[in-house]
Amino acid sequence: MTGFAFLLLLMAAILGYMLNRYAAQSVRAGGGRFHSLTGYHGMFSALLVLVPVLTIILAWLVLQGPLIDRMVMGGLPQGALQGLDTGGRQLVLAEIKSIAGGRVFGTPEDWKLAAADRLVALRETSGWLLVVVVAVLGLSIIAFARSRVSAGFRARQGVERIVSGLMIFCSTVAVFTTVGIILSLTFETYRFFQAVPVSEFLFGTNWEPQIPIRADQIAAEGAFGWLPVILGTMVITVVALVVAIPIGLLSAIYLNEFAPGRVRSVVKPVLEILAGVPTVVYGFFAILVVAPAIRSFGATIDIDVAPNTALAAGGVMGIMLIPFISSFADDALSAVPQAMRDGSLGLGATRGEMMTTVLFPAALPGIVGGILLAVSRAIGETMIVVMAAGLMARMTINPLDSVTTVTVQIVTLLIGDTSFDNPKTLAAFALGMMLFLVTLVINIFALRIVRKYREAYD
Amino acid sequence: MTDVTNRPPGRTPNRASELVAASLKRRHAKQARLKWLGMGAIGIAFLMLFILVGSLVSTGWQAFTQTHVTLDVYVDPDEIEAEDLPRGDFDDVLVDSLASMLPEVGTEDRATARSVAGILSNGAQFMLRDLVVANPSLIGETITMTVPVSDPYDQLNKGLIERATPEALRRVKDNEIAWFDTLAEQGAVSKPFNWALFTNADSRFPELAGLKGALVGSFWALLVCFLISFPLGIGAAIYLEEFAPKNKLSDFIEVNINNLAAVPSVVFGLLALAVFINWFGLPRSVPFVGGLTLALMTMPTIIIATRAALKAVPPSIREAAMGLGASRQQVVFQHVLPPAMPGILTGTIIGLAQALGETAPLLLIGMNAFITSAASGPFDSATALPTQIFIWADSPERGFVSRTSAAILVLLGFLVAMNAVAIFLRQKFQRKW
Repeated sequence: MTGFAFLLLLMAAILGYMLNRYAAQSVRAGGGRFHSLTGYHGMFSALLVLVPVLTIILAWLVLQGPLIDRMVMGGLPQGALQGLDTGGRQLVLAEIKSIAGGRVFGTPEDWKLAAADRLVALRETSGWLLVVVVAVLGLSIIAFARSRVSAGFRARQGVERIVSGLMIFCSTVAVFTTVGIILSLTFETYRFFQAVPVSEFLFGTNWEPQIPIRADQIAAEGAFGWLPVILGTMVITVVALVVAIPIGLLSAIYLNEFAPGRVRSVVKPVLEILAGVPTVVYGFFAILVVAPAIRSFGATIDIDVAPNTALAAGGVMGIMLIPFISSFADDALSAVPQAMRDGSLGLGATRGEMMTTVLFPAALPGIVGGILLAVSRAIGETMIVVMAAGLMARMTINPLDSVTTVTVQIVTLLIGDTSFDNPKTLAAFALGMMLFLVTLVINIFALRIVRKYREAYD
Repeated sequence: MTDVTNRPPGRTPNRASELVAASLKRRHAKQARLKWLGMGAIGIAFLMLFILVGSLVSTGWQAFTQTHVTLDVYVDPDEIEAEDLPRGDFDDVLVDSLASMLPEVGTEDRATARSVAGILSNGAQFMLRDLVVANPSLIGETITMTVPVSDPYDQLNKGLIERATPEALRRVKDNEIAWFDTLAEQGAVSKPFNWALFTNADSRFPELAGLKGALVGSFWALLVCFLISFPLGIGAAIYLEEFAPKNKLSDFIEVNINNLAAVPSVVFGLLALAVFINWFGLPRSVPFVGGLTLALMTMPTIIIATRAALKAVPPSIREAAMGLGASRQQVVFQHVLPPAMPGILTGTIIGLAQALGETAPLLLIGMNAFITSAASGPFDSATALPTQIFIWADSPERGFVSRTSAAILVLLGFLVAMNAVAIFLRQKFQRKW
């Protein structure tokens, strides 16, 4: 039915275009002097149909599901839902839906079968209603647009106003996304802090996100202190940077100053490949190759290494960050004005001395900005650590140990859990909020450094 | 020359230049060290890339073949009745035909029968059932069919299980290896290309598991992502680059877009979970929601690429069109956008390639479910290629290790192809002004 509605809309738009264009052509053939080209009269009608009707269809699609659910649940017989909490209600609804979809398990109660029939009927009605609305609205808009065709009508201005409105809408989607992120995180975090005090979350040193399944369960009180989690994130980030910064900077220095043009044109794209590899691939690489290698190396020198050591996750993340740091450093070095290079060479410096004593210090702000962006990348990186780092939160800074990170906890808390009313799920949103804030601050700071520095030499 | 003759006596010219020469040597050595360090750093990066690809290829290539065994199956009317086909004892029929090829093995003993059955994949009986259901006249006939063997024997045939390891540490016992060797001697064992990797959906059994469900899911998600992010991204970019007045609001929008590009991907997953699934009530695990989420992440990439492409169109084109009386929108849509299109498409393809490899947000909206059939539309539960890799990487069975690598090779293949198309578009159609 939805597909039919879309088809109808498309046909209405084409019909409106043809009608208006034909009308305009016949007016012009009759000798009228036109303000706008005939095509604009057609476009005017088509856009006038498309924009509002498409909005209605999309809104309908988004809203009809929840609305029908509510009507079905409201229409259940008295007492059917007595004593059920939110989860129980959702289970009932899911069962009704699966019956409506034709998958009947066991012998459901009669009222469930009736509700399923009602659900199917409501969906059918909603579909037909949508088609009728689209048809009526489409035809009346076509008729309206047709009535506007005349020699003096400024169809082009009309079209351009609509198009410009559409473009403004497009550019606000980014803003809406940011607002959506902030609102959803804030809302769920607020609910989390109603269950767990803010001070415990910020300063607690214990992270055991369990919730008691039964009320009388012993020793299942969860602990929600994020310090060990952020500490683990920092350990892995530091390991990643220890790998990425020297390799990235040295390769940038070589590429920028010493490499012949042909070497540079080959090496740069190959390094970029490292940045284009999906992170899930790095995660698998970490558990397949790097972690066993570190462990067996540890065994040969008699050091006990945890199976999911922070070294493996951090080291692989470092490999991922190499091209990131090297391309930022390369850009920063290239942005240093030629006069500074010429000046230092003219005073008799070797190219190496020019690099270490003039170019590198001059480019340092830009390089630091790039490294900060790499830090925010490392903090927010998810798949490598989900696959290669540990799950248990520990207060340790030993990279041989297994540590956990903010992103690991977010993913493990949310996988397979749908209910939004327990602190375990909400804790993930609180962690997400902290992650968002930390990376946002680092990003803004880093972008400011990079931009300011660039302006200084422009 | 006067200053040459006036040089104070006792200071030979040699001494100064010797000093300079000595220090120069030291300084050049220092420069060479820096240079070598740089080359070493690049060498390490290349080595890592090489190890990464090498380890994936060396573990993954085996999964592109699958060991099969060819059997002459007598479809015994006693075991399989035409009236009650779905409940026929297809497993026993297969075991009997297999045992007939192993001279010293009888199937009266239940334990032996079970371990003989273990040679064949669990899917073999369903293949036979499908054959017989499609053509009931086969009952009472002898048919020749080629079925996959189960994972341990597949590993044995590929040499991944060492025959030299002590029996207790091996998943295949000595007598079972002897059976398999007997089958191999009779020429019944073959190792054809593993089409099941592309035609099957996920399965609990490695030898049956394939990527079809993941490929279809990724296709729908990317389609939705493209349909949403492409028009929105281009619209936003054109507005910001060509029409937006330079004021606080457009600055704010710009800062927003730049920041959005740097927000961790897992946060987009949280957004999708809270807004699309919890608030809008959209279903979990469906490619539509995945595509929607990926679209939000891809949009900044497309906007940035489109703006760069628009900027690259020289102002003379704009001015010429303006001078001939075109309106501002006519200038942009009819004269600036067409030459910018290759750049825009290149950026879009690169953005979609990133979206194809994105995993974390898809995990949060539940696209890591165990689903044994391919999705028939964007509102059907599905996995995506990267989440399938994640699922397989988590599976304990040995056979999934090489399948995970194979899936990664497939994913990397798609990424390379997409980037190649992007580079081709740029080389072929982008005009230098």
